Amino acid sequence: MGILEVKGVNKRFGGLQALGDVNLSVQENTVHAIIGPNGAGKSTLLNVLVGKLIPDSGSVMFDGQSVLGRKPHEINQIGISRVFQTPEIFADLTVFENVLIPCFAKRDGSFKMQAIGAVTGHSDIHTTAEAILDDVNMLDKRHMTAASLSRGDKRRLEMAMCLVQEPKLLLLDEPTAGMARADTNNTIDLLKEIKEKRDITMCIIEHDMHVVFSLSERITVLAQGMPLVEDTPENIKGHPKVREAYLGEAQV
Amino acid sequence: MLGLNSRDFKLFIVVCIMALAAPILLNPFPTASALGESFNAGYPALMQRFVIFGILVIGFNILFGLTGYLSFGHAAFLGVGSYAAVWMFKLLSYNVVPAIILSVIVAGLFAVVIGYVSLRRSGIYFSILTLAFAQMSYQLAYSVFTPLTNGETGLQVYNDDPQILMGANSPASPHLFGLEMNSQYTLDISGWSFVFQNGYYLSAIFLILGFYLSIRIFRSPTGLMLRAIKSNQTRMSYTGINTKPYMLAAFVISGMYAGLAGGLLAAMDPLTGAERMFWTASGEIVVMAILGGVGTLVGPVLGAGIIKYLENIVSKINDGILHQWFAFMPDFLDNALVSIIHPFIGKGWHLTLGLLFMAVVIFLPGGLVQGGQKIGGFFRRKKTDDAADGAKTPAE
Repeated sequence: MGILEVKGVNKRFGGLQALGDVNLSVQENTVHAIIGPNGAGKSTLLNVLVGKLIPDSGSVMFDGQSVLGRKPHEINQIGISRVFQTPEIFADLTVFENVLIPCFAKRDGSFKMQAIGAVTGHSDIHTTAEAILDDVNMLDKRHMTAASLSRGDKRRLEMAMCLVQEPKLLLLDEPTAGMARADTNNTIDLLKEIKEKRDITMCIIEHDMHVVFSLSERITVLAQGMPLVEDTPENIKGHPKVREAYLGEAQV
Repeated sequence: MLGLNSRDFKLFIVVCIMALAAPILLNPFPTASALGESFNAGYPALMQRFVIFGILVIGFNILFGLTGYLSFGHAAFLGVGSYAAVWMFKLLSYNVVPAIILSVIVAGLFAVVIGYVSLRRSGIYFSILTLAFAQMSYQLAYSVFTPLTNGETGLQVYNDDPQILMGANSPASPHLFGLEMNSQYTLDISGWSFVFQNGYYLSAIFLILGFYLSIRIFRSPTGLMLRAIKSNQTRMSYTGINTKPYMLAAFVISGMYAGLAGGLLAAMDPLTGAERMFWTASGEIVVMAILGGVGTLVGPVLGAGIIKYLENIVSKINDGILHQWFAFMPDFLDNALVSIIHPFIGKGWHLTLGLLFMAVVIFLPGGLVQGGQKIGGFFRRKKTDDAADGAKTPAE
């Protein structure tokens, strides 16, 4: 039994079958990649997992609880964090404030009225926030406005914001899309480092086979909304069906 | 100090001094002089407007400044607050305490309803929804709710009103446990006369309290959440934050400030009409906030003060006064100057305000507070340059 169990999920957009009977089982403390050509339904699946889309049928169980029908913020509170294709951060706030918000969300839940005491009065939150910034080597940039960061640092910051909540599952939506090779390698290193330092389950959606094969322990291949195969990276590399779906793209 | 950091505390002290010493600070010229007659703003009726509208815009800024949600119907809360206060005068007595308490509560409840519906949408749709609600309130006050609002006549206290708590010797105008709002003390010092009025000081104390509370809200975790909502709502929900209750809280707090302002307006002058809720009144609040500096602490008070000053002072100046000022010039120059200035004064004060507003929005998008910061930064840079020069000289 995996930490995330997706069973028989269907989603139609008008005449398009975006997801057809998708099954997926992600084991605890593994890195699971979901790959597939454009239009395979990867993003739709991810949006179902975070509560942005509600499937027409099927079930999604996370850590023994059903995810379906919950709002994105509720799903985050039960332990799923998401990293976006282009980093979603609070651009107008400082780096430190960016990290404070997930700290408050982790400690106080999705809503708590604290309109009188100053933010600086919450020393436990400050300690946690400083620790995570130190962890991703950004403590010296704490007073910078997030908008002024480089793209790589924005990615790092977003990662820190997710990690400080100690999620059980981290979803990554094409974390290296549009990056140069050097940046891609940095991101791979960052993810490897995160994986080594803590017990975390990751689910990565990715186009770049280099990223997929350097990180993942298990791979699910989607094609036209259907799961094609699920196997170890070694077996996926040589799988004839996968080669067919990618028309040779998977020859890494 | 008082739970504020040193910078905020200094700002707070400055606002306290300005509010408490306003009757002196706003009367810089001798009362009988030509300049005094035109530019002195230290008379109670105007000073009351400075602080009451200051309170209103401080509250508006908690919503617009922190969350970026532009309410275009804030005058509705002001109007509702005024009605609630006048009803307290009619039913209980002229004591302002129950009137002000009820005006805040009623405006708060009203804000819960309007906020709950309007906050289902964001951006321009939110603004339109709030505008629609305010205009609806305005129209209903003239029609369906006439028994509550007394329609076009406006709501006021009549001799046959119950006023059940009215004692035999109670004053026949709004008072704070016997301290009449419109009684005043005039201090005459060699040509200057300073007027200290109870009503003004009551409003000023509420301004100080309201300003203090707004600093605390800005620096609190909830204030941080509200700024984060303005910055990125998507990230907020994927960080496990439910943005709706935070937004509603900001909206209701903001509405309660407006209700307080409405209650105070009624306490200064116990009658009110629906025109307080008209959309131009809501628009004026937006202009005040933007002129002063949206999202800054002191900007709203500054914006409210400047607009009320222009409205009352520039509109009072007429051609006759101008001729008096320019009397020392040759006639043709005097006439030329007067005809140039003529469109900007009297009824033309809106033109002056419009030009000022345009200049601020174009050159100082952060409002007049940003202008102040720029000037401050210029002097600081000059100082450090001088210091650097000084340090260099001995080395040469």
